[in-house]
Amino acid sequence: MTATPTRLELRAISKRFPGVLANDSVDLNVAAGEIHALLGENGAGKSTLVKIIYGVLHADEGEMLWEGETVKVADPHAARNLGIGMVFQHFSLFEAMTVLENIALGIENPGDMNALAERVIEVSHAYGLPLDPGREVHTLSVGERQRIEIVRCLLQNPRLLIMDEPTSVLTPQEVERLFETLRQLSTEGVSILYISHKLDEIKQLCDRATILRGGKVVDSCDPKQETAKSMAAMMIGTEVRPLSQREGSSSEKIRLEVQGLNLDSDHAFGVTLRDVTFSVREGEIFGIAGVAGNGQNELFQALTGERPVHIAQEILIDGMAAGRMGAAARRRMGMCSVPEERNGHAAVPEMSLTENFILSGYGRMGLLSSGFIRNDAAEELSRRVVKDFNVKTAGVGASAGSLSGGNLQKFIVGREILQNPGVLVISQPTWGVDAGAAAAIHEALFALAEKGSAIIVISQDLDELMALSDHLAVINMGSLSKSMVTAKASIDEIGLLMGGLHGMTEHQPGPNGGNANVV
Amino acid sequence: MNDALVLGLITVVSAATPLLLAALGELVVERSGVLNLGVEGMMLAGAVTGFAVTVTTGSATLGIICAMAAGMAMAFTFGVLTLSLMANQVATGLALTIFGIGLSSLVGAGFVGIAIEPLPKLNIPGITTIPVIGPLLFGHDILIYASIALTGGVAWFLKRSRPGMILRAVGESDESAHSIGYDVIRVRYMAVLFGGLMAGLAGAFLSLSYTPLWIENMTAGRGWIALALVVFATWRPWRVLFGAYLFGGVTILQLASQAADWFDVPSQVMSMLPYVATILVLTIISAGPWRTRLNAPACLGKPFRPAS
Repeated sequence: MTATPTRLELRAISKRFPGVLANDSVDLNVAAGEIHALLGENGAGKSTLVKIIYGVLHADEGEMLWEGETVKVADPHAARNLGIGMVFQHFSLFEAMTVLENIALGIENPGDMNALAERVIEVSHAYGLPLDPGREVHTLSVGERQRIEIVRCLLQNPRLLIMDEPTSVLTPQEVERLFETLRQLSTEGVSILYISHKLDEIKQLCDRATILRGGKVVDSCDPKQETAKSMAAMMIGTEVRPLSQREGSSSEKIRLEVQGLNLDSDHAFGVTLRDVTFSVREGEIFGIAGVAGNGQNELFQALTGERPVHIAQEILIDGMAAGRMGAAARRRMGMCSVPEERNGHAAVPEMSLTENFILSGYGRMGLLSSGFIRNDAAEELSRRVVKDFNVKTAGVGASAGSLSGGNLQKFIVGREILQNPGVLVISQPTWGVDAGAAAAIHEALFALAEKGSAIIVISQDLDELMALSDHLAVINMGSLSKSMVTAKASIDEIGLLMGGLHGMTEHQPGPNGGNANVV
Repeated sequence: MNDALVLGLITVVSAATPLLLAALGELVVERSGVLNLGVEGMMLAGAVTGFAVTVTTGSATLGIICAMAAGMAMAFTFGVLTLSLMANQVATGLALTIFGIGLSSLVGAGFVGIAIEPLPKLNIPGITTIPVIGPLLFGHDILIYASIALTGGVAWFLKRSRPGMILRAVGESDESAHSIGYDVIRVRYMAVLFGGLMAGLAGAFLSLSYTPLWIENMTAGRGWIALALVVFATWRPWRVLFGAYLFGGVTILQLASQAADWFDVPSQVMSMLPYVATILVLTIISAGPWRTRLNAPACLGKPFRPAS
């Protein structure tokens, strides 16, 4: 035993899902006041493990000790009664309800609502997370929504706080502020279990890291003694090869031009696009950064033709006015797209890979002959995607929904690239995809740009955009910033553009505000 | 003239009450995220049970209690099918209505043509006889007062009580409620059972007070109006009350104009009005930006399947 007592200990926790062993005899120790990182690729079993700790899932085998005593956590109520709080990656909030109601729902004994409102204000200010209890959640930014989750935990005086990928939706300034809060909590003796795959964050914040791979604990380390690269190697298991450095395109030929694009949102909490202007040349990869919910979805819809705009001249594909065209017409002109949501938007989960190929590629790949589907040709092409992009599947007849996230994403990206698009619009290309698949997708995009396509990447992952794009702009509240050369852009500047209207202006970026690329 | 007006208003209140009772129940069900289209069937089950038990035992109180139990039994069937077995809510609700029509006709076959005393009216000597206000405020039966009290009760429950807040949360985001640790399925069962109870009560009002008789299919589409009313009222209890009296008023106006030839409007047009109003509200809601402003539960009609 070390000097600090152990707060949480897991012994040989195993959890099996149909077909997968999500956690394989996992041991874990978290000391009092320690900030402990749980590190691993997507699908390594991190989320499963913390859900077991929080009582959302139940372990098949193994034992959990809380401050030295064996406990069974039947459900989240039991976990909260022990003193465990959790901030979910996908917030567990109720949009049409107020901040106060959301908080009251998530704690055990809310008591009188007026008294609770006062405590919310008090606690939220004490930790630098100001909240207005009367506001409805749908009116808040993502960063503010996360504050609700954190304050909800803090009100219960937790002794262990679990944070599942808390920074994926925050601006660099918001991340810095969150870290200050977490350090403050740690000095007050609260243990923090911090899940992330952002290695530089873990280096900055955490005292210890446990690394999971394929459901097993493969290593543990002191992040401050390691480099991001060495931790990535532990996480992935093999040395990571750095992304190829891009030289910007030298061509002057503009393939996509967007000129003063305006589009009203089509739902209550959407964002209206205002005067969006940019152009992408042959062979160029253009990145669009921004915090989630600032108009990325609307921009994607406007670009791909899912929602045509009113004035044809606002979008020019290879010089031709395409603004009023629908998605199919734009595909015929050479614009392909990969939306963010794999299941239900990019692919129909219940249909086979071949059928999914036909749905998007029938026009460009000549898969129809006098109204009939040419199944053989479609199967042949699907097999090519599976082979070229190393998609792990039982066959092209397997349903899209049966593939893992990474493999389906590879198939979808491959499907669009095989259609040899002149312009490719891709949203969140590597969201929820493991590092191996992400690298493969990045390589494929580079290769496509080499061949002269113009690529627009919409992503919330700044590291990804820094590695991929040669030009970059930031979308905030439906307006797009000026385009900048990626190599010359500073993270602080991008962060300020991203956070423009979230009340962070008085807050100066900290010394670590600039995050270097991971590898 | 004055008397006729008072009489008219009293009829409006009577016509509105079954709508109000059934719609209040359905409002709670829908606020928990479940769409039960079986209101008509549950009302019929309540109507026939209430009538049969009252005729057989002579106790209207027992009749009302059994009517509520019958509504709940129907609702429980719906709950098992849609909440436990994940059947499609719309199809199951429609089936429940058709089942209710058939079952109530079967059970009620022996009771057609029997007449009973309507539920006693509240009669406070000296007060009920005050002109206009007396009969209007103090001349109804217990179910009418109950329906108004229940409106206040449901409004308070949803807005102020913690269980009510949990119920709204479950209807707003079942996933979130589950991950915080609420038993979504259990909450929805409770809501569905309450909906059945209220529909049963509405049925009992029809067969014991409004027209103290059993007639096959006597709800005559009131269950559907109640469903429409919930949408019309944008899921708010006091607006349900207002809507029920409005729709009740339209019904009576239609009957009266038919008899007295007041307007040159065909009665069919009048009976269309509640549905036209509902279609309007539904259209506005579906147009998008209005959805949350109009308070529609975000998870309405979506089945919830908890992860293991």
